[in-house]
Amino acid sequence: MLAVAGCAKAPVSDAVNDPAEGFNRKVFAFNVAVDKAVLQPVSGVAGSGRGPILTGVHNFAANLDTPGDIVNNVLQGRLMRAARNTLRFGVNTTAGIGGLFDPSTALGLPAQETDFGETLYVWGVGEGNYQMLPILGPSTERDTVGIAVDYAINPLRFLIKSPESDYVTGAKVIDKIGSRARHSDTVDSILYDSADPYAQARLLYLQNRHYTLGEAPSDASFEDPYAQ
Amino acid sequence: MHNNHSMMSRRRFAAGFALGSVALALPLPSLALTVDDAKDMIGKAVAEINTTIASGKSQTAMYGDFERIFSRYADVPTIARSALGVAAKKASSAQMASFTKAFQGYISRKYGARFREFIGGSIEVTDARPIKSYYEVISVAHLKGQAPFDLRWHVSDKSGRNLFFNIIIEGVNMLASERTEIGAMLDKRGGNIDKLIVDLKTA
Repeated sequence: MLAVAGCAKAPVSDAVNDPAEGFNRKVFAFNVAVDKAVLQPVSGVAGSGRGPILTGVHNFAANLDTPGDIVNNVLQGRLMRAARNTLRFGVNTTAGIGGLFDPSTALGLPAQETDFGETLYVWGVGEGNYQMLPILGPSTERDTVGIAVDYAINPLRFLIKSPESDYVTGAKVIDKIGSRARHSDTVDSILYDSADPYAQARLLYLQNRHYTLGEAPSDASFEDPYAQ
Repeated sequence: MHNNHSMMSRRRFAAGFALGSVALALPLPSLALTVDDAKDMIGKAVAEINTTIASGKSQTAMYGDFERIFSRYADVPTIARSALGVAAKKASSAQMASFTKAFQGYISRKYGARFREFIGGSIEVTDARPIKSYYEVISVAHLKGQAPFDLRWHVSDKSGRNLFFNIIIEGVNMLASERTEIGAMLDKRGGNIDKLIVDLKTA
């Protein structure tokens, strides 16, 4: 078994690049404590998280991220997506009353969210090591850079001044609670029912992230239990 | 090792044959799997899942339904063996048999609980394609108030019948996830498979 692992050049599908696992596990324990003390009980009040108010808050917060998506679409050279997101932003901001509603999806323009982490992927930057960020959760070195750059380049950050910018921050915090409520079964089953929540969260994040980026494992790396 | 595996396959083939002819009243296990066979098989499984989701039954009754669907359409022994990983090679055949049984109940409760989120929604099979020595059936899950998401089924006939052995939800694959989970459970019990089997029955 060890000999096989030593010979293999390409990483196997389950292999993870997590040299700081000890530290990451400490951060994860902190995040779980925060969830248990704050997010889980508060989101419990939000019910399914799909009521009209939380849906409106979610639409509003997502709409405010769209200009940043457009900037990234352009940086990625994906001009069709940039055009669709621009149209989406225009329709939702006007007909959707400042982004509270999402008529674009009904019109066949569903959300196509992106981020600077994806832009770095498109530019050929490697994923780097796995990271567990306080509050923000699972990430990779590439995605952490992406989060920082996205914060810096969102055009709305320069246009929206205080006190409106405080409302935006408030909407994002409430949306985070709504999101925790919407995914409560999934999150609870990983954080509180798993034998190793850290390992589950890492696997889920990396596999799903690769899928979102279109970096999904090649057919050759899909496992065939009959061949083992 | 290779010899051992082919023996296992033959035994599974025989078991599949017996189940296929007696329990399901099918005349013969199909001999060659095509893209359309794989797609039809998942189509049937999905139709039963959709019926269960829409049945309005109690959660416990739904778990029972899911376990039946799972045992009928999934290659449970292969999934269980893969989830146990290297420890499966050290386990006795009696241990493997009781582990497989416990695993079937555990996985049905776990994924059954997740399918609860599907109430009011449905799954639609859209496409299928060959990968290596098996098939990937592509489906889309439409859930109430959520953007549709990608659900894929890996189907093989290596057990003697057309059965699925992996589910991939938006890139996250069940075999890898369960190998991590079962591995962690086994570690916590000092590698004791018998303890794991007992605890899995109530997990």
